[in-house]
Amino acid sequence: MEKKLYTLIVYSENIAGILNQITAVFTRRQINIESLNVSASSIEGVHKYTITIWAEEDTVIKVVKQIEKKIEVLQAHYFTDDEIFYHEIALYKLATPELENNSYISKVVRRYGASIVEVNPVYSIVKKAGMSDEISSLYDELQALGCVLQFVRSGRVAITKSCVERVNEYLADREMKHLQKNK
Amino acid sequence: MTKEKITGAEALMRSLEHQGVTTLFGYPGGSIMPVFDALFDHSAQLNHILVRHEQAAAHAAEGYARVSGKVGVCLVTSGPGATNTITGIADAMIDSTPIVVIAGQVGTPFLGSDAFQEVDLVGITQPISKWSYQIRRAEDVPMAVAKAFYIAQSGRPGPVVLDFAKNAQVESFEYEPVDVDFIRSYVPVPDTDMTSLEEAAKMINSAKRPFALVGQGVTLGNAQKELLTFLEKADIPCGTTLLGLSDIPTSHRLNKGMLGMHGNLGPNVKTNECDVLIAIGMRFDDRVTGNLATYARQAKIIHLDIDPAEINKNVKVDVAVMGDCKQTLPQLTDMITFAHHEEWIASFREHEQLEYERVIKNEVYPADGPLKMGEVARAVSDAAGDKAVLVTDVGQNQMLSARYFRYNRNRSIITSGGLGTMGFGLPAAIGATFGDSERIICAFMGDGGLQMSIQELGTIMEQKAPVKIILLNNNYLGNVRQWQAMFFNRRYSFTPMMNPDYMKIAEAYGIPSRLVVKREELSQGIEQMLNTDGPFLLEVAVIEEGNVLPMTPPGGTVNEMLLEC
Ligand SMILES: Cc1ncc(C[n+]2csc(CCOP(=O)(O)OP(=O)(O)O)c2C)c(N)n1
Ligand SMILES: [Mg+2]
Repeated sequence: MEKKLYTLIVYSENIAGILNQITAVFTRRQINIESLNVSASSIEGVHKYTITIWAEEDTVIKVVKQIEKKIEVLQAHYFTDDEIFYHEIALYKLATPELENNSYISKVVRRYGASIVEVNPVYSIVKKAGMSDEISSLYDELQALGCVLQFVRSGRVAITKSCVERVNEYLADREMKHLQKNK
Repeated sequence: MTKEKITGAEALMRSLEHQGVTTLFGYPGGSIMPVFDALFDHSAQLNHILVRHEQAAAHAAEGYARVSGKVGVCLVTSGPGATNTITGIADAMIDSTPIVVIAGQVGTPFLGSDAFQEVDLVGITQPISKWSYQIRRAEDVPMAVAKAFYIAQSGRPGPVVLDFAKNAQVESFEYEPVDVDFIRSYVPVPDTDMTSLEEAAKMINSAKRPFALVGQGVTLGNAQKELLTFLEKADIPCGTTLLGLSDIPTSHRLNKGMLGMHGNLGPNVKTNECDVLIAIGMRFDDRVTGNLATYARQAKIIHLDIDPAEINKNVKVDVAVMGDCKQTLPQLTDMITFAHHEEWIASFREHEQLEYERVIKNEVYPADGPLKMGEVARAVSDAAGDKAVLVTDVGQNQMLSARYFRYNRNRSIITSGGLGTMGFGLPAAIGATFGDSERIICAFMGDGGLQMSIQELGTIMEQKAPVKIILLNNNYLGNVRQWQAMFFNRRYSFTPMMNPDYMKIAEAYGIPSRLVVKREELSQGIEQMLNTDGPFLLEVAVIEEGNVLPMTPPGGTVNEMLLEC
């Protein structure tokens, strides 16, 4: 089976120590996490993890089930790129004198739909949101022009294309079954 | 009226009593002293057994849980007390045993400062426990304990760790009992999909050579009756895993013996001949499957399990029936048709005969030569009868006693399967005597393994715990020696071992004992052991270079077992 880039979306209770438990599942299987984003979700008290890994689908399925087994994890799912909208954000710190001397640099920045968010005499900061490839190739081009002082990119954030919100359904179903049982 | 305020330590006592706890295994120390102080006033309801090493507290809790089906509890101090329980926690995790380990912890202001006897217990135990939680405030005690017991025993059971900060033990709050039967992020028993049941039933109904693999899930679900009804209706022969040995009587016509590396020939060979394989509450451990590439490739596979993460983990299955087998087995039984598979069942016989001639006869009924482990196990089993519970340590003593003991009742085998923990047997047997005082607890130990927990003779002495210790002394780390003989050119690197005089050791602990060397003395020795009230150490000098057979070498194929080595 071939390795592909998968995006895992995990929801958990907002409790310290869960991240550790989730990453340990990958470590045990010697899977390198490509990117990781943790943030509050739209549901109060629920955290959302967006994790990308290169792996075979078989392995991803096992990992997802082992993550879901953690007591405080609500749900874990995996997706291929065509099943999600995803984005990354990157910041490029450029030398202001270079930027001013070489007008080609700002052309490149504009061509990529990136924006300049800070300018001072020493450095300028360019912000680019988009897909991994674009972010990388903007970096490559700026680097070739010799003006990059620093570069940082975020992990992927992703939203499913599906019309059902599975966590909401899960939580509703759990509450309903609990109420039924206690009747 | 304001409610009564009590300390966190006192709240722990009341919460444990609220959970129905009657027995604890533990060892005191600085960070758990307030709890032990509270325990002093609760000793009428909470029987605390002082072990001699915290690892033994964890194993005793396991033995208690395995024989009774209840949660085993242990209570230890922080730092070294807590880390000493790690092996027991890992053992309970891999063998799905419900225990709750309560450990002291330094006060919250000291956390993270490398304070005296501080370890990150939650961090250490997260990967080897079902749940691990730090209690930082007294008012969290009732909820933490309720959750711990709920998690430990619901769904697929497992060990839970409560890391109890010292300030939370001494602070006061208004106590109220708490019950937990719901955690929204935790689904103990997954829903059963009706179509999976229908598909499974269809497969079973059209099977010509069905074969069932029975695991500890049946014990954990208390589904022994449901299992028998299911197997009998469609006339399905079965093999059991090491941990599932007592889920069906040894003598039942559909029980074809033990699976796995040192299991019986029939069930292993037939795994690769059946047309439908039905796995019930077992997890296709590598010691059962051998080489996965050649495992049951010809069969359609049905897997009944409570843990979704076990499905397709090692063996790809055709149908997964999720749920508690206590429910799914009767559902499936209703949907299958009566059937007869006489010829298929009879076809096991040639393998049974071959194994009998080549292996069993010499192991259980040797005409002469030194005593054999198998004959000792069978003799103890025959003499002790249905009340006996086999507790084993790890090694040749484990495999041979498990193979030759006979099982007629539920929960009759307690052994460290997944972790293979030497030193497990003696403390687990102590725990079992408290878990079910009606049964005869027979602990089969090797000379290596006995010495790994030998300090627990002190606990046995003090408690007069009626453990019948059968020490199978071969003067070797026998299991490893056998592998050296088979795979390392007989280079016995550090497996011969000098032994102490066990009779003197027993005497020092005031435990009656006897050494049996000759075959003629064996039955007398066993009689004496069983007729002695309380503990007894029966040392049997067995053949030094005996081997466990048959054997599927590691990575080998289940239908190519070795009958000699
Ligand atoms: C804690 C631990 N250490 C090491 C081992 C590896 N090991 C497995 S069996 C065995 C030999 C056991 O010797 P003994 O207790 O005398 O039993 P025998 O095999 O001779 O019956 C060893 C060292 C283990 N399973 N557990
Ligand atoms: Mg030995």
